[in-house]
Amino acid sequence: MQRLEVAFLEKAKELLSSGQVNRVLAYKKGEFCYDVSPAVFYSVEELENAVYNGFCGANLSKYLIQESKKEGKVAVFLKPCDTYSFNQLIKEHRVNRENVYVVGIECQGKFSIEKFYKTGVGFVASVQEDLDSVLVNGETKIDRNAVKLERCLVCKKQHVVYDELLVINEKKDGDLDRFEMVKKLEAMTADERFAFWKEQLSKCIRCNACRNVCPACTCTKCVFDNDDSQISSKANADSFEEKLFHIIRAFHVAGRCTDCGECSRVCPQNIPLHLLNRKYISDINEFYGEFEAGKDIAQKGPLTNYTTGDIEPNDFKGGNK
Amino acid sequence: MKKIAYQNIDKLYGELASNLDLYMPIKKAGALNFEKYENGKEADIETLQTVKSVKDLFFPQVEHFVDFKTDGTKIDVIDTREIRSEFAIFGVRACDLKSLEVLDKVFLQEPVDSMYKNKRDNAVIFTLACQNPHASCFCKVFDIDASSPKGDVECHLTNGVLYLNPITEKGANLVNKLTCLEDATSESVDLNKQEIKAKIDALPFSNLDLSVFKGENLMELFDRKEWEELSKACLGCGTCTFICPTCQCFDVRDFKTNNGVKRFRCWDSCMYSEFTKMAAENPRKNQMQRFRQRFMHKLVYYPSNNGGLYSCVGCGRCVKKCPQSLNIVKVIKKLGDK
Amino acid sequence: MVNEVLIPHIGVITDIRKDTPDVKTFRVVGLDGKKVFEHMPGQCAMLSIPGVGEAMFSITSSPTNTEFMEFSIKKCGCLTSWLHAMTVGQQVTIRGPYGNGFPVTTDFKGKNMLFIAGGIGLAPLRSVINYIRDNRQDYGTIDIVYGSRSMDDLVDFREIEEEWKNEKDFNVYLTIDREQEGWNGHVGFVPSYVKEVNIPTDRTAVLCGPPIMIKFTLQALLELGFNKTQVYTTLEFRMKCGVGKCGRCNVGNKYICKDGPVFRMDQLQELPSEY
Repeated sequence: MQRLEVAFLEKAKELLSSGQVNRVLAYKKGEFCYDVSPAVFYSVEELENAVYNGFCGANLSKYLIQESKKEGKVAVFLKPCDTYSFNQLIKEHRVNRENVYVVGIECQGKFSIEKFYKTGVGFVASVQEDLDSVLVNGETKIDRNAVKLERCLVCKKQHVVYDELLVINEKKDGDLDRFEMVKKLEAMTADERFAFWKEQLSKCIRCNACRNVCPACTCTKCVFDNDDSQISSKANADSFEEKLFHIIRAFHVAGRCTDCGECSRVCPQNIPLHLLNRKYISDINEFYGEFEAGKDIAQKGPLTNYTTGDIEPNDFKGGNK
Repeated sequence: MKKIAYQNIDKLYGELASNLDLYMPIKKAGALNFEKYENGKEADIETLQTVKSVKDLFFPQVEHFVDFKTDGTKIDVIDTREIRSEFAIFGVRACDLKSLEVLDKVFLQEPVDSMYKNKRDNAVIFTLACQNPHASCFCKVFDIDASSPKGDVECHLTNGVLYLNPITEKGANLVNKLTCLEDATSESVDLNKQEIKAKIDALPFSNLDLSVFKGENLMELFDRKEWEELSKACLGCGTCTFICPTCQCFDVRDFKTNNGVKRFRCWDSCMYSEFTKMAAENPRKNQMQRFRQRFMHKLVYYPSNNGGLYSCVGCGRCVKKCPQSLNIVKVIKKLGDK
Repeated sequence: MVNEVLIPHIGVITDIRKDTPDVKTFRVVGLDGKKVFEHMPGQCAMLSIPGVGEAMFSITSSPTNTEFMEFSIKKCGCLTSWLHAMTVGQQVTIRGPYGNGFPVTTDFKGKNMLFIAGGIGLAPLRSVINYIRDNRQDYGTIDIVYGSRSMDDLVDFREIEEEWKNEKDFNVYLTIDREQEGWNGHVGFVPSYVKEVNIPTDRTAVLCGPPIMIKFTLQALLELGFNKTQVYTTLEFRMKCGVGKCGRCNVGNKYICKDGPVFRMDQLQELPSEY
């Protein structure tokens, strides 16, 4: 696995030193092996701090909204799921494709440090990665699936947009049914489902991490930040707002959300926000036929395209299970 | 000193809660936060840290304080502040307790913030020594002793026994009322303190160097070019500010109801783009400036107004929770590395 | 429980004067018909319309006015638009006074004064100027340079023409940005007019106006030989509490609401330029 990081560094150096790009958007080392941050590297020397490992979960597409509008070409290393977001941004004219050199990079699923702690390993000083396991601190072997981010148990596997690929090993697993929990929620009674979401959403502190990290949230001024909108708010003034904020946000990105899972990754209160998005995706599939946002930019979005065969509001009687 | 077997801890919670309102770390839907203890709730004092700090109990995220009723041209002002009687908070860590000292300097300076003061005056705080400090903890840097957290009653959980040591009269009065406790001697606690100290000394951030933040070099630190790189990945969300025990910026907003207007204050974040926005101007236009403001405030501005006291207690919440792993430790290290 | 500063008083609007197309001056008293509180020149108050918002405004009237307070307010956002739609007899909420105000009893005392304002920037200065008129023996010569976009945008034009210009040792210099029919005074921007007038450097100067005007006027004053320690200004910043707690108006180690809004230029220079 560490072979991949070497290849990543070589590729980044090559792109910079050849002058093909003037900067590289990737990840930089933190204080530990797990606290890596997105970063822009302007020189080969700066790349000394670059890193590519199982903790590079952040979706870099979001940063391309700004980066692709700057002077010169930027190289970026995108994981398969990141390329879906990037493709969707191309479709929505939020990025300048010609200013970006996309290296589609291999991903065997990214980690959640909290899941490492749950295994009881304690302080994680080092992680040696293998395709299906990890070795923590040189002594404890853990199944890779046990420490993966929730979203990585369901994987898109293929890069959908790239200028070149950097893949040594194909990804094998990640085929769980992504709608499993959605189905469970649908099978609940309305009261049970309400109780589930009420408990989850009451934890929300309105920090906006989910919104700000979301590659589909690209409004220059969010309606919730705009005092002139009359509905701006910073806190849930009552339990009604508490419940509505995330549902409204999920509606705003419905049909455009690629299910990258960043919202759930960053939530400080561990609210499974991706389930709202998955519910809408599942409904869209049911009502308009299979659709995957970001997969194919030529395909018209089901919610932004009217056809005479579209389902009528009255045709659907739901929510009463 | 008093004690109770940890397996009987529910008796202690139950007895405390029958005397007064008890707040403590409660697990709800997988997240730990300070909440009112009630039978059936999942209390958890073993996990090191709550997501939101104890500040939420003194300076809550949302606090309604006045209602306005309008009738024609007339406005009625109705004081809706909650008046608290004595309440207890259990399981407060040393860093969170210290954060109250930092908040006091803001809220208790003239003119005194009545809502904060009322809660501060009425809280009986049971602290808890940190049996298992985390790699992201750096309270020692701010001279905080997590092995002896003080408060009104200092607690230690070691070898299956919870020890309670009243520190203040308020704490002693309450502890003496509790019938579920037995008398205890201090040997185990003394030993426990030594063990904790050794663990803390070995933590990776326990020796952070703060010497560059000394107050008289304000503009030099402000102008450091490293801010650009440090803030590059910042999403401008409010996670760090909201989970931070010392961040105290707030907004005052109105909420229209069917029969009037409720005015409340709520947490706000200097990381938000519209924080300083006025009708015609915004003095902090980009995220670098906002990011810089937050850390300059904690490490330079606040200490310069408060006798060198930093507005950080090393709890490590931002280290754990920043979506992109930016945090105050990285800022301290980068700016300290001249 | 102690009083809460965030809980406001009721203010009744007893008079509304339209000064310019987008500035109105509101006269406010308490429910008992008296002033809600006493203040010093340069201090501010929080005005609010419940359900709309609350914001900080400079108190335009002089403290020597014992009957009421006045606020000259430019329509530029949500709250100010609502205020402009109000009528006499309606109520607002008010709390204060906030801020340090101008050092009228210390640094300004016995001095020759130079006031320079642009547009609505005259509002906070009007309080000091009228305070000085009522305590005339304590101050020397008063020079006032005031400019606006047009003749119609000069705030308090009537008071300037009929009262200020007739005061002993008061020199009033008015200017507008562009030529206009019916105007036979000076035309040009404030900073260059300040240089043209060539005011002696023995004055203590007070500046208020848009940031760009402040910047160039300060430059002009320095060129004339003024020292930064003789120049004062008053800052505008977004505020929520007014008492140094909500954190919004924090610049460097100062809070504009509590340590300001009045600063001397040499003090401002020690702060990050985030105002």
